[in-house]
Amino acid sequence: MSVKPTKQKPGEPPTTGHSWDGIEEYDNPMPRWWLWTFYVTIIWAIGYSILYPAWPLVNDATKGLLGQSTRADVAAEIQAYADANAEIRTRLVETELTEIAANPDLVQYATNAGAAVFRTNCVQCHGSGAAGVQGQGYPNLLDDDWIWGGDIESIHTTVTHGIRNTTDDNARYSEMPRFGADGLLDDTQLSQVVEYVLQISGQEHDAALATEGATVFLDNCAACHGDDGTGSRDVGAPNLTDAIWLYGGSRETITESVTYARFGVMPNWNNRLSEADIRSVAIYVHGLGGGE
Amino acid sequence: MTSPDTETSSLYAKREPVFPKRVSGQFRTLKWWILAVTLGIYYIAPWIRWDRGPSLPDQAILVDIANRRFFFFMIEIWPHEFYFVAGLLIMAGLGLFLFTSAAGRVWCGYACPQTVWTDLFILVERWVEGDRNARIRLLRQRWDLEKTRKYLTKWTLWLLIGLATGGAWVFYFTDAPTLLVDLVTGNAHPVAYITMATLTATTFAFGGFAREQICIYACPWPRIQAAMMDEETITVAYREWRGEPRGKLKKGEPVSETQGDCIDCMACVNVCPMGIDIRDGQQLACITCALCIDACDEVMDKIGKPRGLIGYLALTDERAERAGQPARSAWRHIFRVRTLFYTALWSGVGVALVVALFLRSPIDINVTPLRNPIFVTLSDGSIRNTYDVRLRNKQGEARDYQISVTSAADLALSLEGVPGSVVTVPANETMTQRVYIIANRGTSAAEAERTDVRLWVEDLSAAQRVHHDTIFNGRGN
Repeated sequence: MSVKPTKQKPGEPPTTGHSWDGIEEYDNPMPRWWLWTFYVTIIWAIGYSILYPAWPLVNDATKGLLGQSTRADVAAEIQAYADANAEIRTRLVETELTEIAANPDLVQYATNAGAAVFRTNCVQCHGSGAAGVQGQGYPNLLDDDWIWGGDIESIHTTVTHGIRNTTDDNARYSEMPRFGADGLLDDTQLSQVVEYVLQISGQEHDAALATEGATVFLDNCAACHGDDGTGSRDVGAPNLTDAIWLYGGSRETITESVTYARFGVMPNWNNRLSEADIRSVAIYVHGLGGGE
Repeated sequence: MTSPDTETSSLYAKREPVFPKRVSGQFRTLKWWILAVTLGIYYIAPWIRWDRGPSLPDQAILVDIANRRFFFFMIEIWPHEFYFVAGLLIMAGLGLFLFTSAAGRVWCGYACPQTVWTDLFILVERWVEGDRNARIRLLRQRWDLEKTRKYLTKWTLWLLIGLATGGAWVFYFTDAPTLLVDLVTGNAHPVAYITMATLTATTFAFGGFAREQICIYACPWPRIQAAMMDEETITVAYREWRGEPRGKLKKGEPVSETQGDCIDCMACVNVCPMGIDIRDGQQLACITCALCIDACDEVMDKIGKPRGLIGYLALTDERAERAGQPARSAWRHIFRVRTLFYTALWSGVGVALVVALFLRSPIDINVTPLRNPIFVTLSDGSIRNTYDVRLRNKQGEARDYQISVTSAADLALSLEGVPGSVVTVPANETMTQRVYIIANRGTSAAEAERTDVRLWVEDLSAAQRVHHDTIFNGRGN
């Protein structure tokens, strides 16, 4: 590669002097307006760095004369959305819970807002798909089995006050005795009542033990779970005859439940979420497929 | 800086103003027609009305960004059908390949907006200031009353054209008559004014001042075209073998035996809107507008020489003619394997788009099975799967859609929030309906791992239905 500028025919521009396999490059001048465009960008940059935040300092950066700030922009944008939603949120809070379903715009807003609230606050226990954790005591919110009730008002109360927490006096509360651990039932009675529960839930069981267990059940369990074992939503006693088990429905897990009892806790949300958010998430959960 | 060359030459060159001289001829006439037709379509198209019923806009061509619809006469494109736009862009790309490989930069020379508007601006300039020589004189003249008056007239006319250009553009995006009233009364959206101002400014600057600089420095197409053209491509060229050595024709003096047909009259250079000399051969700045052909033909007629000293020809023709053989006909340059291949590709995409357009169903559904969790066990032991069904009603009125399921297994269907199986979708809207399919305890679908199901959506008023195949997940044991 030679670097000697080569002479061209008269009228032709000079070349850069670079030659690659005999191919040379003209050394045409840039258009003058392009140079001016370049100067304009420099002036623009100076103006920009004076008007807008630009130069980094030790702890901060220059603020710029216009006082523009992306944080303030975001805050303003969020405020604008909040303002835009203020009217519908007020209506959401002021409308009777049971009347909301008749207002499609409220349902649509609440479902979308509720989904966002759910993703932020509820998925940690109930899962991103609201299916809970099978057998671990985190209820599946998609099915039609509700321990404390599945109509909109019940769900709203549960979300507002929570379950068995110590932070809200109005929390839903009930406590199953530890029948085995505290010696309320002996081992024989325990296995009898477990077989009975397996029987009423339609599972494989020992018929002889189950017959004995029926008596044990009536004496000890029916007060809360009902004579037929279908439970009571007033005290949060689960239906023992259906196919859904919060902690699992096998012989082992039922035995464990009767021996040590269960004490699932849900926080109250009235101290963290606004009423509009609580209503939204209640409507969202109600619309997941199990709402009554 | 040792070389005297680099010392004297500047790194930056001032723009040499170009004053294209008026020319007439077959290509100039063709270009006027193309200018009239393309600008006519551009300015008039948004004003064409097309009745689509009460709840849809009646503008024939409308890009309705707010409602995410594109209307083109009887065709309505929804956002999920954006592949039509992609297809049209692919066709435009292949079309450029085709035209460039067949006839060089015909797009640049005849149809490019930059060329068309520059032509229009030059027309105005000539009308106000006169032809080439008068314009050169006026530029050199000091700023007296005449120059001021003529320049202000010219700039005003250019600005009006620019305003009409920017104005026509915004009419494509909203109802044109309404917008015109809003624009005049000052009630239009700021975006409309900003768009108009921007397009007015760019039209004014590009058509009035930047002109050939846009083609040479700003546009990528001149760079790409080199890869598109080959030696069989017909393009505007100077028949050097016939013209050289060039020489002035002087009255009364005999012409020497060796002198070529070019009389160095500079007609081809004077009419060139790019300010180049076609006799230097193919070059980046040439947009093949063919005005030099018209100019040269006129001169050849005057001096009694055959036309075509400058004409459309391919590199292979130049070689053949130099050797004394006839050039191949233009058709044989145009119908080549390469161009036929481009044509086939182009038509293939076009046919596919037309077929897709006519196969579009008036009901359009998307089914999204919800897979988190894949199924839900209900209290009676039945298994439920959930699907989000997106229903699009492309009609001008609300429609009732019945949703049903068919499968080899026994399944029940229900809808979230709606009793029964019929949902009403408002006119020209999309609605997502959550659909539950339930298999009772112990049935084959509840126990199997997966079961094929088909979801049907029937438009009850039109008795049309569409289906979507999907999967039902069971316990899998």
